[in-house]
Amino acid sequence: MIPLTYMMSLSAMIFAIGVAGVIIRRNILVMFMSIELMLNAVNLAFIAIGNRLGSMDGQVIVFFVMTVAAAESAVGLGIIISTFRNRETVHADDLTLMRW
Amino acid sequence: MPPFLYIFLGALAIVSALGVIVQRNPIHSLLALIGTLMTVAVLFIGEDAVVVGFLQIIVYAGAIMVLFLFVIWLLNLQVEAGPTGHLALKIFGSVAAALLVTELFFILTPPHLQVKFTHQPAGYGSLASLAGKLFTDYLVAFEVTSVLLLAAVVGSVALARKLPGTDDPRVARKIAS
Amino acid sequence: MTIELVASAIKAILMIVLGLNLSLFLLYFERKGSALIQDRIGSNRVTITGIGKRMGMPNLGIINTTIADPVKMFTKEDFIPAGADKFLHTLAPFLALFPVMITFVVIPFGDTISIAGHRIGLEAANLNAGALYLLATIGLGVYGVALAGWSSNNRWALLGGIRATAQMISYELAMGLAIVSVIMTFGTLNLQEIVRGQGGVWFGFLPRWGIFVQPLAFILLLVAGAAESKRIPFDLPESDSELIQGYFTEYSGGKQAVFMLTDFAEQALIAMLLTTFFLGGWQVPWLMRDGFHLPGGAFLAVPALVVSLLGVVAFLVKVVALCIFLGMVRWTLPRFRYDQLMRLGWKGLVPLGLFNVLLTAFVVVATGSAH
Repeated sequence: MIPLTYMMSLSAMIFAIGVAGVIIRRNILVMFMSIELMLNAVNLAFIAIGNRLGSMDGQVIVFFVMTVAAAESAVGLGIIISTFRNRETVHADDLTLMRW
Repeated sequence: MPPFLYIFLGALAIVSALGVIVQRNPIHSLLALIGTLMTVAVLFIGEDAVVVGFLQIIVYAGAIMVLFLFVIWLLNLQVEAGPTGHLALKIFGSVAAALLVTELFFILTPPHLQVKFTHQPAGYGSLASLAGKLFTDYLVAFEVTSVLLLAAVVGSVALARKLPGTDDPRVARKIAS
Repeated sequence: MTIELVASAIKAILMIVLGLNLSLFLLYFERKGSALIQDRIGSNRVTITGIGKRMGMPNLGIINTTIADPVKMFTKEDFIPAGADKFLHTLAPFLALFPVMITFVVIPFGDTISIAGHRIGLEAANLNAGALYLLATIGLGVYGVALAGWSSNNRWALLGGIRATAQMISYELAMGLAIVSVIMTFGTLNLQEIVRGQGGVWFGFLPRWGIFVQPLAFILLLVAGAAESKRIPFDLPESDSELIQGYFTEYSGGKQAVFMLTDFAEQALIAMLLTTFFLGGWQVPWLMRDGFHLPGGAFLAVPALVVSLLGVVAFLVKVVALCIFLGMVRWTLPRFRYDQLMRLGWKGLVPLGLFNVLLTAFVVVATGSAH
């Protein structure tokens, strides 16, 4: 079996790429996609560790994370749509209404 | 799975993930994200989590990404012309991500933390064992998740619908008359 | 190890070639079979040096549809419309074809045979979660259509693409529910085991096919499958009289050929799914491993290799019969309006599917067995 170090570093790299995406990109949809990347990286870590422990708990947790990600995507995209309807923009830098 | 396949899939996942954050066209970003999701699903299947891997393709790559695609169409997002954002932000983001990955590498990979592979119970990763865990140990979480999904459905419909009279001039005229 | 790998590769290639051949057959049926249904002659002009005409044979149009049509389609000019996204426009046909082609490899087309001491199961990939693999790959078929519609820079194509995507994801749900009922009935996700579970007889003469256990699921999968592969009466995405050609308006030449191939291959795939889940797959009625056990007590011994061969032939016959049935439905019924289609999917098939799942669950728990 491939050493755990490899899977964890892969997971860490995808997570860091997701973080970079959220910070660097200013388009709300791309930021949202980067959040999905982060969730997937964490799922990978859960599955890898669960496999080596021989426990199904890792897979059950990944199941729930997937479900929550689906629900959160639906609501988040609804928020993006209604924001777009009011502000006509998806650029995060233009949404400055609450800035002092 | 032979190790070279893991290395190949890992490289593919990282390249696709970089493609997500680098592409200008949002649909190309979406395609790169689908590529990453499929690669991660294959890695799941390689780690003997067969059902969860297929569920990842069905739920994530097959449904959630279609939702993203519909929203991109609805908002008619075009290719971003010209560089966006401050250069300082880009440098800060890259440095922060590099620091994060180094820190995680040092935290997660010391040898005394490595989980030793003990044994794999029979039927690991099969639907029967997954369902067994879901309906016994995690029953409360299962039921709460179903309520969560209901709340998400209601919430997204309420957020995304058009209130009558706000957009369509014909509707506004009809309401006014 | 290597011999299994080689055998798997050969079987995978066989299944994909079978899919392609079925698509060609469906193309032929589309021209000549529809002509038969509509009381006209169809295509009958192409001959090779007029040889058939000289011998007085009627021209069956085989050369026309199987050789001339593909050659015509592949040699047409391949253009990309101005303002279209070049990368997506080129990628879309292959993104549409790929999920359909890779689904063919999990369909079992025969029982396990032994050649030279090795037992070879006659499906290219014996996945323990085969039914989940089916659902996954069918769900991926949305992207080709969606990107084709979007990247064509044409509002009718976009409209066709949006309609097609909405239709496919709605009917995917009904398909999933039908497949779940079958999985619950047979108690396994492995497709070969599902087909094996359909052997044997009830009451001495009725073969244990899935359609007798789950008639409602059969109808659900038939309707949802027809909608998923965008056949009439559900062909609104490419309604020839309204949207020119829907999501593949701006495609010509080889890419259009790939889209048509996807259409026919998906139809063949639905026929194969229906056969595997409901019509007993490769099971010949009353044929056990050693011979025919006919009702009434007669027994006819048959050698093992002939049994397997009969199974493969039975599978092909069932698939072709279902393809012809789907073709006949296509040339008979008018097309659904968009809101009728959506209403049928969400308010008709999904509640029926859920009811079927509940009913199956009750029956499975009540009888306490996996049948």
